[in-house]
Amino acid sequence: MRPIYENIPAVSILFMMLMGIVSVAPKNKKTAFRITVCALLLLFGASLYLTVSLTGGRSFTYAMGNWGAPWGNELRAGPLEALMATVFAFTMLMSVLGGRYDAENDILLEKQPLYYIMLDLLMASLLALIYTNDLFTGYVFIEINTITACALVMAKEEGRTIAATVRYLIMSLVGSSLFLMSVALLYGITGHLLMESLAPAIAKIAETKSYFFPLAALSCMMVCGLSIKSALYPFSTWLPDAHGTATTTSSAVLSGLVIKGYIILMVKVFVRCYSLELVNSLGLTNILFVLGVAAMIMGSVKAIKETHLKRMIAYSSVAQVGYIFIAVGMGTKAGLIAAFFQIIAHAVTKSLIFCCAGGMIDATHHQKQLYELDGAGRRNPVAGIGFTVGGLAMVGIPLLGSFVAKIYIANASVGMGWMAVVALATLGISGVLNALYYLPAIIRIWRCENHEDTKAEKCDGRFAFAAIVLTLVVIALGVCYEPVAKILALGVDLL
Amino acid sequence: MSGIAVYYNNLFETGAAILFVIGLLTLLLHKNLIKKIVGLGIMDSSIYLMLTSTGFVNGKVDPIVEDVLEPVSATFYGNPVPTGLVLTGIVVSVSVTAFLLALTVRLYKYYGTLDLDEILASAKKGDN
Repeated sequence: MRPIYENIPAVSILFMMLMGIVSVAPKNKKTAFRITVCALLLLFGASLYLTVSLTGGRSFTYAMGNWGAPWGNELRAGPLEALMATVFAFTMLMSVLGGRYDAENDILLEKQPLYYIMLDLLMASLLALIYTNDLFTGYVFIEINTITACALVMAKEEGRTIAATVRYLIMSLVGSSLFLMSVALLYGITGHLLMESLAPAIAKIAETKSYFFPLAALSCMMVCGLSIKSALYPFSTWLPDAHGTATTTSSAVLSGLVIKGYIILMVKVFVRCYSLELVNSLGLTNILFVLGVAAMIMGSVKAIKETHLKRMIAYSSVAQVGYIFIAVGMGTKAGLIAAFFQIIAHAVTKSLIFCCAGGMIDATHHQKQLYELDGAGRRNPVAGIGFTVGGLAMVGIPLLGSFVAKIYIANASVGMGWMAVVALATLGISGVLNALYYLPAIIRIWRCENHEDTKAEKCDGRFAFAAIVLTLVVIALGVCYEPVAKILALGVDLL
Repeated sequence: MSGIAVYYNNLFETGAAILFVIGLLTLLLHKNLIKKIVGLGIMDSSIYLMLTSTGFVNGKVDPIVEDVLEPVSATFYGNPVPTGLVLTGIVVSVSVTAFLLALTVRLYKYYGTLDLDEILASAKKGDN
């Protein structure tokens, strides 16, 4: 008999969808929040259990409804997928808790249950993107992800959030249509949609060179579509508006998780369907590497010029996505491990920073411009400390999460020729650029000119809990990163 | 095969590619939100045309079994999977279009125009 934990991937996807429906049912509008928190806690526990069970180095395929390949729809989980699901559930839980105070103020009471349906559905679609072994299922959940993410942005009903949503939705639709077109072409030349059946078919095309041109063209379309959705630099114009104007939970979830889901799917397609050698020989990784370098520089440059706190943090996400893409762009296993570490580190850190920015903005009469936020850290010390730790982590101060990710990226680049030179130089430059906007912001929030104005105010308990836990996790990731890196190395081998 | 014959023999794919580009450019370059949505519709339909055409195999019949008791051989039939995929895709694109239309109505209420450039300009003005 197969072990019982093999049911966790499928059950957790269905469970989150079900919770979305359940959370609207109660009359009391606040129950939706509690149900979502309980569901995410359960999901976190189950995913953690799955991760621990798989650390022995095992991955498995789960055939939905017992229909195996080539007919059925499959999920596949290994240590990497399980760890990602755990991190995503944790980050989502903390973002929901940390942004609860803002969500109560920003969203109409009768619409709050709808907001939590969207969060539950978003979690389900992210889990499906992590676990799926089928490209068309991937497409369907990409669309669910798009719709729910857009709904999260527009939850705060104002003209500009809706304008930002429309922009986001249009760019996302271009991305998902390109992905669907590439899936249709791939089905046309191989006749498969399941990743494990696709792998030999694509290998045969690469070997015999028949239909090689369509394969190259459709791979470009797929990468292009997924990079639009994960906000790689030239396609990232929609990101600052959407992430900067939404309510706190939405910003944290969108910046921390949503854009990562697509990157994970892209890496899975690269490794499982194409093999890294083929992707390298098609030149896709080189393009991703160069765009990643551009993103790291340009995202930071734009952030330096920005005076709106949340938009500045959103631009910093553009730069951080660049780090992930240069690591993927190296086209090696070491690069992928570095990329996944950066995904985890950035998810946790960005969620912390957005929650704390929300907390400080609340303590300063909803002023969002940086120059209005003098002494905001003193008014809400928990948020101030969280923002400081998160900001320093983004700059790359040792003992904090993102520093380790940078070390891994630098290590992975060793022996890569021109890539090593460019990667190391860009890591240095972008570290300085990050410091150029995070450090002034950190200094500003602790400035004290008028003692009356900078007294500590009462701070929301749920927010304080989330901020403290996230701060501790950011520090823990930087101090004892070895177990995480070990699981990632094992997972990338088994991908 | 000479140039034109290639396109003629792959009529569905050629048509789908042309429609896809028309839709994509309309979606990206038009200022008017309704025209953008029309572009989205054209783009999605072109993908469905492409997908359905992969299910059609020359000289084979639709996969409908008339006599249930007779043993079925896959060699007689075309591929039914793409049709199923297209159905799923249509459901997705309908919901996305409905969502986009609902957003357009909201935007029109707030700004009184359908021109996305104007909307973004006035959204920026009110930005804090």
